[in-house]
Amino acid sequence: MTNDTSGDVRLSGIAKTYGSFTAVHPLDLTVPQGSFFALLGASGCGKTTTLRMIAGLEEPSAGTVHLGDQDVTALPPYKRPVNTVFQSYALFPHLDIFENVAFGLRRRGIKSVKKQVGDMLDLVQLGEQARKKPHQLSGGQQQRVAVARALINHPKVLLLDEPLGALDLKLRRQMQLELKRIQTEVGITFVHVTHDQEEAMTMADTVAVMNAGRVEQLGSPTDLYENPRTTFVANFLGTSNFIEAEVDSKSGDDVVLKAGGGKLLLPGARCSAPTTTGGKVLVGVRPEKISLVPAEEAGEIPEGRNRITGRIADSSFIGVSTQYVVDSPVCPDFEVYAQNIDRDTRLVPGAEVVLHWNPAHTFGLDASQDIDAGTEEEAVV
Amino acid sequence: MATVTEAPPLAPEQPKPPRKRGRWTPYWLLLPGILWLLIFFAMPMIYQASTSVQTGSLEEGYKVTWHFATYWDALSEYYPQFLRSVLYAGSATILCLLLGYPLAYLIAFRAGRWRNLIMILVIAPFFTSFLIRTLAWKTILADGGPVVGALNTLHVLDVTTWLGMTEGDRVLATPLAVVCGLTYNFLPFMVLPLYTSLERIDPRLHEAANDLYAKPTTVFRRVTFPLSMPGVVSGTLLTFIPAAGDYVNADLLGSTDTRMVGNVIQTQFLRILDYPTAAALSFILMAAILVMVTVYIRRSGTEDLV
Repeated sequence: MTNDTSGDVRLSGIAKTYGSFTAVHPLDLTVPQGSFFALLGASGCGKTTTLRMIAGLEEPSAGTVHLGDQDVTALPPYKRPVNTVFQSYALFPHLDIFENVAFGLRRRGIKSVKKQVGDMLDLVQLGEQARKKPHQLSGGQQQRVAVARALINHPKVLLLDEPLGALDLKLRRQMQLELKRIQTEVGITFVHVTHDQEEAMTMADTVAVMNAGRVEQLGSPTDLYENPRTTFVANFLGTSNFIEAEVDSKSGDDVVLKAGGGKLLLPGARCSAPTTTGGKVLVGVRPEKISLVPAEEAGEIPEGRNRITGRIADSSFIGVSTQYVVDSPVCPDFEVYAQNIDRDTRLVPGAEVVLHWNPAHTFGLDASQDIDAGTEEEAVV
Repeated sequence: MATVTEAPPLAPEQPKPPRKRGRWTPYWLLLPGILWLLIFFAMPMIYQASTSVQTGSLEEGYKVTWHFATYWDALSEYYPQFLRSVLYAGSATILCLLLGYPLAYLIAFRAGRWRNLIMILVIAPFFTSFLIRTLAWKTILADGGPVVGALNTLHVLDVTTWLGMTEGDRVLATPLAVVCGLTYNFLPFMVLPLYTSLERIDPRLHEAANDLYAKPTTVFRRVTFPLSMPGVVSGTLLTFIPAAGDYVNADLLGSTDTRMVGNVIQTQFLRILDYPTAAALSFILMAAILVMVTVYIRRSGTEDLV
């Protein structure tokens, strides 16, 4: 990233309402020049509307859009130095690949486009297909034409509206790396809209998780995953286990919590809820951070680890790992992912077990939220 | 990325029909249509073709004498009516396109919940007879009527008279009236195909063009219009072909000076009873239209769009 801010996208108080429905609540967002920024959320969360307001295809009901120092809120799309890669690609069916890619250059009155278009088609490895019509190409190729058609204009910002949604899983993974490579190569700011959390996490430097027209949390993929601040983010990005607990006392930087007769430790810095004694807190932990041992080996667990007891309700073998669902008094379906290194034959459904994990991996959330927020949406993906 | 996905292969070889039993089904299904065509199209065509090369008279009867001179005679005598037909039908087609395109565009992209209502209004004239509607135009354009009065006040008639389309204070019985009648009667044939092809255009293509620095007029010129070409071609054909052969409008709204080839054929068949000339005129008209249509389709280059 450079100090150049001409490619910054700054949204200030931007909002969009349709009649009585609010698609996007007033939103402040800055996307720094040269970054790969993802807007992540379930369908209908306002992420595409936000993108379209940056493109100028949707007029904001309130607020302003700045590109660098320029206020573009009132500019029509054809006067904005941004380009979009549409969800359905929206390639012009009556023009061949070459003319599709040259479209933006020609509209800006550039006469000799041959060299530029050729170079751009080489960048997306479609040099051979220049004279074909869009419908003669495969989905992945069409997608790359759409990227080339936008990138050739050297926009300050490239907007991508679920550009990989129509591709099958394998091709999608391939194109994710491809887009990331292109972004690193050209250094243009990318704003990527997606509902696929894995896609957002693999590609983006910064992810904004949107829910019901609001940004729930913004940060790097690791930050969002490790320190979710709402149950929605915790559930939408991967899976989380939640235990309802009561604040008991404080010991140093840690908070001691009571849950189902046992005690749990939570680093105070990782709790986004107030920790007054007697107050309720949701304790969260990711399934892959947890170790699982049969109840008879409980004594071998080192001191200082958070532990809870339960019975295995279900287990499914998925190759690299085994996923267990544990019925525990503090949480009826506690999920645990265990790497298949040494498989313990005693860990079968019905077995009494002890779950334990490093307290540093625990996070605390405000207990007034819906524990299941964001889980249904994830199931759609 | 090394593994590049290939373009979809061309249509694979047709698999062999799995069962012999179904082999004749398509032909059975086609049979009624083929019979219909034979009886009501092919036979009359052959009959007319033979009529056109017969000589004789009503009293003595006609005989096939391969008298091709009838064609030459018909053409040399009635070429003004042929030219007029092409001119009037062409003008009406252009007018239909100019009126119909904005209308079809409006219905396809801007009408919203009014779309169906406007569509019904476009088709509504078909609920009344063609003849009655044309007769109604006689009243509308009548001498001293409000339309003529308004056009006179606005000095439109001065312009049209200068162009040779009207005479003095009259609109009825002038070329203008005939062209207006043709335009009115064939407008729905223009609007419907235009609407169909405009409606098929993905609105995201407009957004994409807009996003790629095309201002609204350029979007129309570079994206919307080219993509609506199939509709333009079929609309103009559906308007021009019947308009070129029409005689009702020229008959009811025109005068002897505005006779089109359709009127000549009608008179030859029904009043003068000169069947060979009438048949020859019909074939010349058909051939002329076929040639014009073929050239037009080739020139418009829409084969790979349709």
